[in-house]
This record gives sequence, structure tokens and C-alpha cells, in this order.
Amino acid sequence: MKENNTKPQKQKINSDIKNNFIVESSPHIFSSVTKSEIMWIVFAALIPSTIMGIYNFGIKALLIIITSLMTAFLSEAFFNWIRKKPFSRMLNGPWAVTGLLLGLSLPPTVPLWIPALGAFVALAIGKHVFGGAGMTLFNPTLVGRAFLVVSFPGIMSNYVWPGKIDAITSASPLSILKQEGYLSAISIFGSRLQTYWSMFIGNISGSIGETSAMLLLIGGLVLIIMKIIDWRIPCIYISTVFVGTILLGQDPLFHILGGALFLGAFFMATDYAGMPITKKGRIYFALGLGLLTIIIRQYSSYPEAVNFSILLMNTATPLIERFTIRKPFGYIEKTNNVKSK
Amino acid sequence: MFKGGVNLKGNKLTSSKAIEFANKPSKVILPLIQHIGAPCEPIVNKDDCVKVGQKIAESKAPFSVPIHTPISGIVKSIEQLPHPITGKPTQSIIIESDNQNNKDNSNENNDNNNQDNKLNNDYLSYTSDKLLNIIKDSGIVGLGGAAFPTHIKLSPPKGISIDTLIINGAECEPFLTSDHRLMIENSEEIIKGILIVAKVLKTKKVFIGIEENKKDAIRIMNKKINNSQKFNIDNIKIKVVSLPTKYPQGAEKMLIYSLTKRKVPTGELPMNVGCVVQNIGTVYAIYQAVALSKPLYERVVTITGKVNNPKNLMVKIGTPISELIKMAGGYKGEPKKLINGGPMMGVAMPSDDLPIIKSTSGIVVFNQDDIYQAEMPIECIRCGRCVNECPMNLNPTLIARYAEKGRIDLAEKTYAMDCIECGCCSFGCPSKISLVHWIRYAKSEIKNNKSK
Repeated sequence: MKENNTKPQKQKINSDIKNNFIVESSPHIFSSVTKSEIMWIVFAALIPSTIMGIYNFGIKALLIIITSLMTAFLSEAFFNWIRKKPFSRMLNGPWAVTGLLLGLSLPPTVPLWIPALGAFVALAIGKHVFGGAGMTLFNPTLVGRAFLVVSFPGIMSNYVWPGKIDAITSASPLSILKQEGYLSAISIFGSRLQTYWSMFIGNISGSIGETSAMLLLIGGLVLIIMKIIDWRIPCIYISTVFVGTILLGQDPLFHILGGALFLGAFFMATDYAGMPITKKGRIYFALGLGLLTIIIRQYSSYPEAVNFSILLMNTATPLIERFTIRKPFGYIEKTNNVKSK
Repeated sequence: MFKGGVNLKGNKLTSSKAIEFANKPSKVILPLIQHIGAPCEPIVNKDDCVKVGQKIAESKAPFSVPIHTPISGIVKSIEQLPHPITGKPTQSIIIESDNQNNKDNSNENNDNNNQDNKLNNDYLSYTSDKLLNIIKDSGIVGLGGAAFPTHIKLSPPKGISIDTLIINGAECEPFLTSDHRLMIENSEEIIKGILIVAKVLKTKKVFIGIEENKKDAIRIMNKKINNSQKFNIDNIKIKVVSLPTKYPQGAEKMLIYSLTKRKVPTGELPMNVGCVVQNIGTVYAIYQAVALSKPLYERVVTITGKVNNPKNLMVKIGTPISELIKMAGGYKGEPKKLINGGPMMGVAMPSDDLPIIKSTSGIVVFNQDDIYQAEMPIECIRCGRCVNECPMNLNPTLIARYAEKGRIDLAEKTYAMDCIECGCCSFGCPSKISLVHWIRYAKSEIKNNKSK
């Protein structure tokens, strides 16, 4: 919204009646919820997964997250300065969510220039080029991450097992599944049940913040209960992947727990700017996410698909929104005198 | 129960305070636009003597109601003064009191010259047309805030039959308690007023919708209805319905849906689904007009917010607001905002010299602390709260954005005209964008384009 126009001007009345009260458009009371509050709650909801990531992968994970956050902060400050926005805007905090999410979505083995570069790209190309918060066509974090995945595929696929940060790198469960098949993926853990359990609590290789489905679920549920994110997106997204993998004859639990799905479904797909604003639109959006994830995981050369699914569905958002414009209460087709040409 | 809406903090400071009669004002200012429709023309001249209840302005147009003076005295001047709602210069009649309180005896529209508001029980035998005439000549408009001429609402065109009369006692706006107190203190008169309206409409079914936070009002209305078989003329069934406390429960379309599950089609009136909605204050005024021959020159106004002694006052229409503030103990702290109506849909007024008009249900005073001051405007983050909260099922942020970018055509296609301006979207917006303001702007532009 334009700065000078969001509040109506004071009215001037030509009379000797004194004018000493503020004249504004109704309503005159507002809910206490603010944008910065929302952003910091999302940030807080990611803290359990962050701690789990640092516990799993040690000081290296902490350094990656700090680098990512620092770069996000500096980039945001830099672009605010270029765009002549006041510095106090930094308190609103979307940069912090972007920075933290980017750090959490990186493998724990990456050199520190990777989070720095990724965070800069996320803020610069993902966010400010499009006009800042609310205008971002794509999820900024995923723009940064996709840039890294495509530019440095080798570095970005070096995973390790928790507690073995210095050991030789290995693949993530989903890439083992892709390259060596289901049985060898299961054999690492022993039994199927042990596989699911390790994946649920987070004792698997993967990106720093994506391993523990349980902690992501807790954070996500908190956000749903606080009505900060719409339950439709994670629920429908995850269910679609679950049902789709069954239809393809795969292990559904392995697919929903094994990768970045929980992190993506609860914290990335629900990014306000990238999803439709209507409830109906959000259902289509989440269905599309699920289908794309299955298709990319099954038929492309990438083992993980959450990143690209969300970016692709982000592009479909304006179109979905256009087709799901809500009809007013009491709308009847024949009374519609507002017609396109 | 309608979808959307918001839960508001009630802030009903005055719900247990009985209605007091306000002091007689030394002068009244009566703008000649106090209703939706054709403005009135003055029928008195400067320096004329007027008596209480005398008609001082009327219009020949059918879509209009006359204005009566609440005090006796001398017409001091007829001049252009700012209107309390629109702020535009409006012809207004200023009457200075002679402190004599002389009643007007020449109420030609009423065959029985009932002086001193004597009770007139003959009204039960009046015909509908006669009742309608009295309602029109008594200057009665919807007192909930819209000020729609009541006789228009009560005379549906031929072919439309009204099967349900809905009495709006929801009073969903925070702070306001004028209808609440009327229901507690004047329930009998309200029921008699309802019977008059039901008779005019030939309706047998009446709902009184009251939000469940007004338990005492629900109890008293129920008791009065059960106790008073004598009121039960013509088999009219009155039912009190307790409604969930959710804003905007009292909005006409939402209320009709909550009570009857009927949806008023977009762009049409409640009478198209067989309903007529009347506000509590309006039916009380109808009773007074018909049974007491008292035209509408007085109403209950809640003076609340940052005043020392918030009150419900029976106020002469035209009283300057500053006098009422004095009666409510004066301002508490430095007043910054003066709201005519409730805080969700009320209009902020520039000055306390402006008068109470027929549609003023309350005056809410805000200090600096009560006014939300955004440090800077923040952009829309597309969270979708406004979409979820819109009771009319619209896309507020889209309409607002189109309006802001000057795409009035797109705003119209996004159904801007169906907005009821309830304010839920602006209330819940985390970026505190004045969505209602932009949608209102879009609506006025659409209307301008149409009339060109």
C-alpha cells in the first residue's frame, strides 16, 4: 500500500465551529495482532527443530544457522537502505524467518559461504527485487535454496548421519531410496518400524532442520492453533503425498517422514505471500503441491521435490486466486450485473 | 450463524446504568438531512416561535420524513453548518430555548390531540394506512444508525408479503448500550411497538434477536412476552432468540440469516426474502409516536469511552455533544477522537459542537491511547485474515488493492458494491491497512461512474 494514502486526510470545514478531533475512517478499534508478532511467532515455532539440528549435527550446524541469519540481517538492512525504508522496519522480522529457514534447509556439511550466498540471494532476488514483503512471488527462502541446489549440486547433497559430522558424507534417505532402492534404504535402520521411528524423532541424515518430523509437527500445530497458518495447506499437502505414494506402490510413511516434507508443508508452503488468499484456492494449491512432489520424486533425477514443488506452485498462485474469487453472501447468478466485456 | 465476523471486547461500560433524562439544552441544531432520502426544506422562518414537537422541516418527496423541534423557543437562524456524519455544509435550523417547554397542540396529523403525551388506547383500532401515516409524520427513521425512513420499510410493494418481522436487539457494536437499556426498562412499550409494526405489515411471526451477552435483556423480554397475553392480539407470535455474541451479528443480512437461514440476494432488500428488520429503538419510537402522539425528537444515546461518568441519556435530538459530555462528567484525560456511533462503524467527528441527530446511538470518546497509531503503513502480507473474517464473503484485500491502484473496474468485478462496511477486515488486519476506507472509496467511485 502507498505510504501517503493509507489514512484519510483530516477534513477541513469552513465554519467557526472548532475542529479539534482526529477524523479517520472507521473502524476505530483494531485487533492486537501485528505483522511483526506473526513473524516472531513463526520464528519461535522453528526453535525446537533448530535445537534438534544443532544437537544432531553439532557446532557446525550452529555456525551455518548463524551465518545465514547474519547475512539475512545484513542483506535486509542493505536493501532497506537502498529502498529508503526506515530501519525500524527490520523489527518486523521476515528476514529472520527467511534466514533461519534457509539455514535449516541446508545440509550440515556445507562450507560457510554457502549459507551466506544463499541468504543474500534469498533476500535480494527472492524478496526485494519483487518489492519486499507481501509482494514476493516466490518463497524467498526457497529461491535462495534452489539457487544453491542448481549451482552447487555436489556440495548441496553431502549429508551426514547425526553425531557423525566429521565422518564421510553419505546420502539422505530419499536419495538412497532413489539410487539404491527401498530395501537398502530400510536396511540402514534395520526394520521398517525402526526406520519410521528414527525419521519421526529425527535420527536420520538430512538437512539441519528437516530431520525431526515430530518437532516440526509440534511447531506447526502451535502455528495452526494460533491461527497463524492455515491447516489446509500442511494437511492436504501431506495427505496428497501419502495417498499418491500408496497409489504408486511406494512406502507412504517413508516418503512423508523421510525428507523435507514436514518443514516445507508447515513452514514454507504456508508463506503468506506465495499462497492464495482464499480457502478454496488454498485447497487447490496444496493438492498441486502434493502432486508435484510425488511426480518430481518419482520421475525426475532429484530425490527431493519439496523445494521445487513449492516454487512451481507459487507461480500458479495468481491464477488459482483468480479462479477462486469468492462470491458474495447471497450471490445469485442472475442478479450478477457485473459482467466482463 | 453466519460465516466470518470477529470477536470483539464488549467494553459495555454502561450496561447496568439506567437511562437518565438529559438536561434541557439551551439551543438545538437540527441539520435538515437526518435520514436517507430527500433532504427536508424548512417550514419555519427566522425568529418564528416554535413549540415542542412542532414540525419545522419537511419534504414533499415520498422518500423522506419531517423533522420536529424537541424544545420550545425561537428559530435563531437557518444556516449552513457542517453535518455530524458527512462533514459537508448542510442547511441546519438553530433553535434557542425559551425554557418554557410549551407543547405543540396543533398536531394536525393526529385526530386525537393528545396533549402532554397522554396515553391513547384507540390506536389498536387504527388501520394500517393510518398507522403508516403517523409513523411518517412523526419523522421516524431506523435508529440503529442507517436512518432509513421507517414508513418506506413498512410499506412493501404489492406482491411482496412479509412473513417475518425481525427486531434487532443484537447491539453488536462495542461500548453502545442504548438498545440494551431500552429492552430492560421499556420492554412493555417495545412489545406494544412491535405489535403496531406487525399490524402494519400483517405479519404473524416476530423474532427478537438479542446477543447472548445481554442475558438480563433476554430474560426480561421473555418474561414480559409470557406474562402479557393481553398483548397477544391477532395471534402474533413473538419469540426472543439468543444469538451468539459475534460482530457483526446486528448487520441486517447477518441477522436475517442467523434467525431464518434466509440469504438476502445481493443488491436486493430484506423484503425480497419476506423479512423486515426494525431496531429496538425504532419500535420504541413507533410506540411513542402512535400511542403517545410524540414525534421523534428524543432518543437514547450512550455517552461512553473516556468520560468520567459514562451514561445512557435520553437526549433531545439537536443537543450539542459538548453539553452531553458535561452531563457525563466531562472528558477523562485529553480527548482525541469523538465517534458518532460505535467504534466499528461509527463516524469520527471533528468537533464536539456538532449536534446529536436521529441516527446517533452513542458517542464514544477516545484518548490518544485508544487510537491505533501505526508507526508507518505496512504493506499487505497476504495472510488472508480479512478474507476469512469478511461476513459478506468478499476479498477485502483484493478490492482495496484495486481501489488503491485506481482499477475501479476490477474492484467492481470483485464485488466491492456488496461490502457492508462492517470493519471486520480492517480490525483484524495485522498490517493495519484501512481496507474499509479503500473499499468505501471504490464504492463511491463506482457510484459516480454509474451516475455519469
